[in-house]
Amino acid sequence: MGTKNTTFTSLFHRWLSSIDLVLIVSLILLIALGTAILFSATGENEAMMNNHTIHLILATSVMLTASQIPSEMLNRWSVWIYIIGIVLLVLVLVQGSMGKGAQRWIELGSLRFQPSEVMKLAVPMMVASYFSKKNLPPRFKDVFIASLLVLVPMLLIVKQPDLGTALLVGTAGFFVIYFAGLPWKWLAATAVSAMIAAPLIFYFGMHDYQRQRVLTLFNPEADRLGSGYHIYQSTIAIGSGGVYGKGWLNGDQSRLDFLPERHTDFIFAVFGEEFGLLGNIILFGLYVFIIWRGLYLATKGNDTFARLLGGSLSLTFFIYLLVNTGMVSGVLPVVGVPLPLISYGGTSLVTLMAAFGFLMGMKRRKKGYGESSSIQ
Amino acid sequence: MEKRVTIKSEREEHRLFRSRAIIAAIFVFVALSLVIVRLIYLQVTNYEYYTILSKENYQKRTPIPPVRGLIYDRNGALLADNHVEYVLAAKRDDVKDMDGTIQRLMQLLPITPQDVIKFKQKLRVNSRFQPVVLRKNLTEKEVATFSANSLRFDGFKVTVRMQRNYPLGSVAGHLLGYVGRIDKKDLEKIDKEEYKGSTHIGKTGIEKYYEKRLHGKAGYELTEVDAHGKPQVKLDDKAPIAGEDLYLSIDLELQIKAEELLREHNGAMVAIDPRNGEVLAMASMPAYDPNLFVNGISYANYNALRDNPDRPLYNRALQGSYPPGSTIKPMAALVGLSAGVVTPSRSIYAKGFFQIPGNKHRFRCWKKAGHGHISLNRAIYQSCDVYFYDLAFRMGIKRYAKGMNKFGFGLKTGIDLPSERSALMPTAEWKRKRFDKFWYPGDTVNTGIGQGYFTATPLQLAHAVATLSTHGRKVRPHILRATRVSRNLPEKLVTPEQLPSIGVTKLRYWDDVIRGMVNVVHGAHGTGRRSGAGAKYRFAGKTGTAQVFGIAQNKTYNASKLKKKLHDHSLFVAFAPVKNPRIALAVIAENAGGGSKVAAPIARQLLDTYLLTDKQKEEALEAKKKTAGIKKETDNGH
Repeated sequence: MGTKNTTFTSLFHRWLSSIDLVLIVSLILLIALGTAILFSATGENEAMMNNHTIHLILATSVMLTASQIPSEMLNRWSVWIYIIGIVLLVLVLVQGSMGKGAQRWIELGSLRFQPSEVMKLAVPMMVASYFSKKNLPPRFKDVFIASLLVLVPMLLIVKQPDLGTALLVGTAGFFVIYFAGLPWKWLAATAVSAMIAAPLIFYFGMHDYQRQRVLTLFNPEADRLGSGYHIYQSTIAIGSGGVYGKGWLNGDQSRLDFLPERHTDFIFAVFGEEFGLLGNIILFGLYVFIIWRGLYLATKGNDTFARLLGGSLSLTFFIYLLVNTGMVSGVLPVVGVPLPLISYGGTSLVTLMAAFGFLMGMKRRKKGYGESSSIQ
Repeated sequence: MEKRVTIKSEREEHRLFRSRAIIAAIFVFVALSLVIVRLIYLQVTNYEYYTILSKENYQKRTPIPPVRGLIYDRNGALLADNHVEYVLAAKRDDVKDMDGTIQRLMQLLPITPQDVIKFKQKLRVNSRFQPVVLRKNLTEKEVATFSANSLRFDGFKVTVRMQRNYPLGSVAGHLLGYVGRIDKKDLEKIDKEEYKGSTHIGKTGIEKYYEKRLHGKAGYELTEVDAHGKPQVKLDDKAPIAGEDLYLSIDLELQIKAEELLREHNGAMVAIDPRNGEVLAMASMPAYDPNLFVNGISYANYNALRDNPDRPLYNRALQGSYPPGSTIKPMAALVGLSAGVVTPSRSIYAKGFFQIPGNKHRFRCWKKAGHGHISLNRAIYQSCDVYFYDLAFRMGIKRYAKGMNKFGFGLKTGIDLPSERSALMPTAEWKRKRFDKFWYPGDTVNTGIGQGYFTATPLQLAHAVATLSTHGRKVRPHILRATRVSRNLPEKLVTPEQLPSIGVTKLRYWDDVIRGMVNVVHGAHGTGRRSGAGAKYRFAGKTGTAQVFGIAQNKTYNASKLKKKLHDHSLFVAFAPVKNPRIALAVIAENAGGGSKVAAPIARQLLDTYLLTDKQKEEALEAKKKTAGIKKETDNGH
């Protein structure tokens, strides 16, 4: 089976074995459902659907490419990607402090680029890479260093300010520590200190608008036209969908523009309105299956780095889902987290699909270690 | 050693990871289940609540006001209708360059600088969402001109509104009342849903009393709107139901004649059909034009009406409490007869005055010399005061007032008009309550000739006479004769309300009293004989001259020396024909002097107007021309 007489069929077989069909099929189902609801949420906007198609093609290629990257290579790149990411984050902040106000982007020619988005992958990679060189379960010192690796970029993103992304980056890093075997006692201690810190952060560490979002959560109808408007309208949309929904393209709340940001962060409300509780359960079923499959693939990872990264990426995907649906249905505060793989927007789609690519790559490693080495 | 530990830890690590992954999976499942619980709470438990909120969001209900019912007289002559009016209006926020746009509009349409001043004033005061009218009463041609250029006047719109219109101006104005803008006080009383699209409401008169029938039922249009309030599609609608058309019992010809005859004096006149209580005419002069009030009367106009010493806003027929004077003598006679205080045959001796035994005060008769021996019949047609002083004195105020109450004195008639007054049939209890004073027998004596504390409205007087004319068969006076729900349906007549009839012991007493009243106008010595001359029918009447102020014991009344305000009121009541009466009326001319001089001739002309056929009227006119001569010919037309 040398590389010389490789036929097209055997190449195809090799490629097929490098991806996870179960995951791919469930992703296709989810994206199909998402595209349908996006069509409705954009008000059947052709231009946006064209963009979405481009995003999908781009994200799929990124996923397929990522699936071919061996975890050893990723492990080695991690430090550099992380350092470049930190530098870019600092650059964004400097750019912001030079009088341009809140900034999240870096402009490279015509390309607008969010370094914080890269950190969603770079941070868990860095932490996983760090733990892959240590004996697990980790000692206190290791956990401390890993925490610093998470906190530094997180704080830089909070400064932008972009609480939502900071939260996702933080959890992605935290999940690596968790999978590395963070002792339960320490986890409990962290939880307790978080509970103590929460009110302190609320009163001293938040911007007024952020505080307002938290307050809105507890009483969305108090300010229906102001800060509560988003949640007020999204709960109406979901609630009025009932069990069976109003039907595809028939959501009054979205169709008539009552629902703000309905094709991005609040697209779940459109889904709930048009497809009802039954649709929601099917959607959640798909998501749960994908998360389960991700965790499964992670356990099959052949080295610590692959496992830790795979577990973290799967759970981060779950956090996206939880934070977004929790926010749209009015049980979590409004933070800018999209509904994964469904909300309109190329960056998050590409990041997520890249993550799934990595996950699939881990499975391949187990089967043909030698072959992939020879590719290098 | 080192290596062994590492290998062991590699397996440990794998095991550790798996257990962590399982725990994570459980956590994922639990957390997402909680979100599902939240979704069930929203989509199942509170489904109905959020459906309502959703509909409130996108369904906009635009009320469609009903068309107000029209008002006609008994013969179908139009008294109140609705004009379609085109107005040019704009909301403050809709026009970007207000001054420039107005300038351009002025070049196109006949907009006066006053219009602009008014418009700008209102623009400042009104809410930004409320359209303000720049120009009213656009002609169709002007509307077409505007529509062709409407793009240049961004924000300005021509809208159609229905405006209440009283084509006859002040004729029957008091009676009809008027509609006006709905104000805060109205809002407390009305069903707000029904009035959402309406701007006007009946404020007085028939317009107020029959507001519910005239207004109709509001319709609506349910449209789908987007978040910016832009209408999308019509979802549902319900046509409004127009208000009922009202046919009043008023006879327009008689009404106009009454107002014309009273023009020289302040005063009032009420005519009733005694058979069914239908009010044939109800005039109060001076009158005002109700059209002034429809869109808010100007301060200048309102002040002029309010400060006018003749009080044109005041409906004398319904609210004027006048001393009825001798006009109540026929009713007093019946009350006396019924109580057995007087009899038709027994005469009394009347000097020129009456004295209460043991008291020096003289209650004087209008005839200084006195009427001598006088019977009931003559006491009526010669209007002997002493006879009725004596009657009331002997009856006592309690019995007398109770008897007069039966004729409706001191009580509201319950006519279908707002703000009727009950005037006053005084009693001892009333005086004690009102003034904390004892009732003197002298107070009773004065009420016998309709003076003292005794007051009555022209409506009460006309109603009492109507009741008398039918031998006590009392019917509640009313103005609404018939209603029509739809143009395609026949009118529905209103059933008159029969009231308990007046029980008088002997039936022939009615004829005795009526004979006295006939003699007033047809007898050789009746006080109103001049007004009865040449009548083509027989009628019964009674003059009245009511003192406006008390004359001292040793003075006499001398009109030429008194201010007009203190002159006597001239009153006359009548009904005709004597057999099977069709009209009963009361006329009062304020400060016009004796009843026979002013009120009686007016009453006669009104009776002629109502009872004579057109042919007879022509003949009468011819006869009048001949006697008056050719030079007066031009004055006869009206």
